[in-house]
Amino acid sequence: MWAAVTEMHAHADDTRVVDTLAREWAVEVEGTSYVPMGSDELVEYLTEISADLVAALRARPARTALGHDAGRRLVQAHFTGPSTVERTLMLLGRRLPELLGEELRDDVLALVGALAAGYATTLRDRTLDEQEAIRRAVIVARHQTEQALHASEARFRAMFYEAAIGIGLGDMHGRIVEVNPALTQMFGYTAQEMRRRTVGELAHPEDLPSVWVLYERLLAGELDNFCIEKRFYRKDGEEIICNLTLSLVRDERGRPSYQVAMLEDVTERHALQSHLEYQAFHDTLTTLPNRALFADRVEHIFTTTAAGSTRRVGLCFLDLDGFKAVNDSLGHDVGDLMLQEVAQRLAAQADDGELVARMGGDEFVVLVENSRGVEQLIALAERILAALAEPLELAGQELAVSASIGIVERPVVGGDSSELMRAADITLYSAKADGRGRWALHDPSRDEAEITRFALSAAMPAAIEREEFFVLYQPLVSMGDHGMRGVEALVRWHHPRLGVLGPGRFIGLAEETGAIVPLGHWVLARACRDARRWYDEFGEAAPFVSVNVAPRQLHEPSLLGDVEQVLADTGLPPHLLQIELTERALTTDEGAPLKALDGLRELGVRIAIDDFGTGYSNLSYLRTLPVDVIKLDGSFGDRLRDEEVTNTVDERIVGTLVDLGHALGMTVCAEGVETGAQAGRLRRLGCDEGQGWHFAAALPREDIHDILRHPDARSWPGPEDVLASSVS
Amino acid sequence: MGEDDRGRAVDRMLDGRGDGEGVTRPAWAPRAVDLDRPSAARVYDYYLGGSHNFAVDREMAQRAVADWPELPGIMRSNRAFLRRAVRWCGEQGIDQFLDVGSGIPTVGNVHEVARATDPAARVVYVDVDPVAVAHSLALLDGDPLTGVVQADLCDVEGVLGDPVTTELLDLDRPVALLVVALLHFVGDDRRPDEVLARYRDQLAPGSVLVLSHASADDAGEHADGHVALYRRTATPMSMRSHAQVLRFFDGFTLVEPGLVPLPLWRPDGPVDGAGAAVPGYAGVGRRD
Repeated sequence: MWAAVTEMHAHADDTRVVDTLAREWAVEVEGTSYVPMGSDELVEYLTEISADLVAALRARPARTALGHDAGRRLVQAHFTGPSTVERTLMLLGRRLPELLGEELRDDVLALVGALAAGYATTLRDRTLDEQEAIRRAVIVARHQTEQALHASEARFRAMFYEAAIGIGLGDMHGRIVEVNPALTQMFGYTAQEMRRRTVGELAHPEDLPSVWVLYERLLAGELDNFCIEKRFYRKDGEEIICNLTLSLVRDERGRPSYQVAMLEDVTERHALQSHLEYQAFHDTLTTLPNRALFADRVEHIFTTTAAGSTRRVGLCFLDLDGFKAVNDSLGHDVGDLMLQEVAQRLAAQADDGELVARMGGDEFVVLVENSRGVEQLIALAERILAALAEPLELAGQELAVSASIGIVERPVVGGDSSELMRAADITLYSAKADGRGRWALHDPSRDEAEITRFALSAAMPAAIEREEFFVLYQPLVSMGDHGMRGVEALVRWHHPRLGVLGPGRFIGLAEETGAIVPLGHWVLARACRDARRWYDEFGEAAPFVSVNVAPRQLHEPSLLGDVEQVLADTGLPPHLLQIELTERALTTDEGAPLKALDGLRELGVRIAIDDFGTGYSNLSYLRTLPVDVIKLDGSFGDRLRDEEVTNTVDERIVGTLVDLGHALGMTVCAEGVETGAQAGRLRRLGCDEGQGWHFAAALPREDIHDILRHPDARSWPGPEDVLASSVS
Repeated sequence: MGEDDRGRAVDRMLDGRGDGEGVTRPAWAPRAVDLDRPSAARVYDYYLGGSHNFAVDREMAQRAVADWPELPGIMRSNRAFLRRAVRWCGEQGIDQFLDVGSGIPTVGNVHEVARATDPAARVVYVDVDPVAVAHSLALLDGDPLTGVVQADLCDVEGVLGDPVTTELLDLDRPVALLVVALLHFVGDDRRPDEVLARYRDQLAPGSVLVLSHASADDAGEHADGHVALYRRTATPMSMRSHAQVLRFFDGFTLVEPGLVPLPLWRPDGPVDGAGAAVPGYAGVGRRD
């Protein structure tokens, strides 16, 4: 510790001198160096030094060497700024003699000199120490950095060697410098062999030119990286597909120095993808292309053919005859074998540019992408039929197979794929209708009618919902007095574009599509509702309503329930409802339908056979049917129309049928009554009821209402009128 | 030497506190010790009269001083603020200090100042410069109440989660976070506001943020020239305005006298007008 100078000569004013000196000193040096002191601390520190300096000068002899210590203490307090020492020396050199006496000037000079020397020595030592410290710090930092670098290098080396993806390092001349084990495994070369190769040697014939353009740009430093899929050859010649990411590594000045390639083997993924694609576009049973592939190809033809092209397209659409029977009788295994065999024979008949596809089930198609004309398609169809004519050897038995083929051949321009397919569909249909084992050529006029049919059947469900249908009623007249006993409900379609359509335009379609079920139900409900109104107003004078039920409806298990429900909903007495069925509906099937009829009759509903005499007409069968009314087909009455011509055979047939009906307790109704003479004869033959233009056409319900309100003002003649006119 | 070169030189002189190296060092590689480049920590030491510096540091410092002669004074003023602020923290009973961007511990280090009030005060020094860190470690020489962490300010988890930090500091108690003369080297692209918010969220209530920041406000013509010089450099120094610096205290309550010019923050004695004209702000905020 800095010891006080004990033997110094105390002086009364020295305390004041020390204070003055320290304050002035602090003002001089404040801000010339950074010392971690506040102003008060600074003054305090300088006061200590000042006191020692004054004491040194007061000593006898003056201990000027103590200045050395003062200089050292300045540096220790970090008074290291150059102007600090400058100002200190000037202040002390000037003020100490002034404060302590001019006689001490020499001592002061010596003291100040010693202070300067002490300051310089200490600062030099401190500087050297600090330089040494900072250099040592650098060495330590470098050492640690290197260790950290080694550690991170080791980590990255491990990563490089253990990586699952292939990594390769190349120089800017394309030489391969370093590869990792994953890469050597991928290529089948050793690391050494890889290092003898260049990047350029990894070219593959299927490389797009752009790949090597990208590579050149990367080497030129224009690109920092790029990622592509590229094929490579392994050492064993096998091909692999890789996702390649090539990156440029630059040196610290930004110049390209290395290229790093990272490769991921996606060969298997590719194989799987191709397999899935194959599966998506091929039929597993026959290995033929499937409907999706066929549709793609057809679509492609229409979308890629230029507007002015004369290109033509053709196809044979083929369906095996009676395949369902094969499946049903011999089992699906044999059916599958048959499909496979047929597929093979078809494929054998196809030339280049002809695509054979399985459309599903037993339907096949052969697409001719560039047709030379309809003859080519007909020849193809003939070849196919001939190829299929040879019996098939399947599961130890010989099976004959035949097919129907619809041929379409047309220019590509002006058509589209769906039109082509529809034409093929229709043509196949007509080929089948014409008989089996033959081809039919597409006929555009037939097509149009078919297309209308298609359009109508497609529009029907929505039309039922929109209530585009309506019902007319044709009176059923008692032959005795020509009074109206009942009405037959006849449905019409008010088509928004085609106008009012008769049942001939749509009932057949409705039966095909099944739309007859909702339509029939709608008609039944409508008719019962109207009949109920008439009943409400006219009581027992109200007519019964006769509603047609199609064979398909008869097979609906819900028919009986539906009728019951409608009767309940409308409140129509059951005896005012008559159900008309065709003879065919009753004779082609047994069981369930008859049960439904029994149920209807139990309700009190009457059953009529419509168009009697046009169908199977099994008279003996008639007696077993639960039927109340037979309606003789209009064709019987045809030959009774002219009053001059009398044909006893026809009259006798009708008479027999009427007698038969009556014998079975049935009511007989004659349809198609068009003249008064007919009406007279049918009445004489015993017919109970008549229906036809002679009496009335089908009328709106309002007209029926009018007839009911004014029975005497009806528009048709009475039996007497006919007699009167025929007599006169 | 053209103006651009000078600007770059000054910039390089000062960028040692951030990630001052070029773009060639990949993120995973350790920071290299490059004595051909000046280090902000060593330049700072030089301004404060230390000798923990090399010719390259001194050269850069002298060039900057030629451009802006008040620079050493500003640095001293900043260091004096640090001393006053640490002392004030000690008086408030805070005995844990986290000095981020501590540089070369020259003289009047935080632990020395703090121990004047509380001999048991604990200090963690944080700097990104490996030489500064190595020197700090040598200087502190196993002192059990101090520690050194090599990390960047923006790596909040790296700073607070370092074992040295967690061992020495109890983050459930108040800590003084010192961010002195550092943020003007952190550009807005590094989202210093979000960085400070993350520190704030992890500090216990009662902790304080001690912050000083260079500013171009009222900096005089030298500073204008200096700012212009920086504007042309690749990584400009961000001389933020009073309002911009104030935003760093979001979530803190500024203690008296608020965010003020460096010498005016709780000075030891009267400060004359010229002495107050230092282009930088200082403030202390408390997290409530």
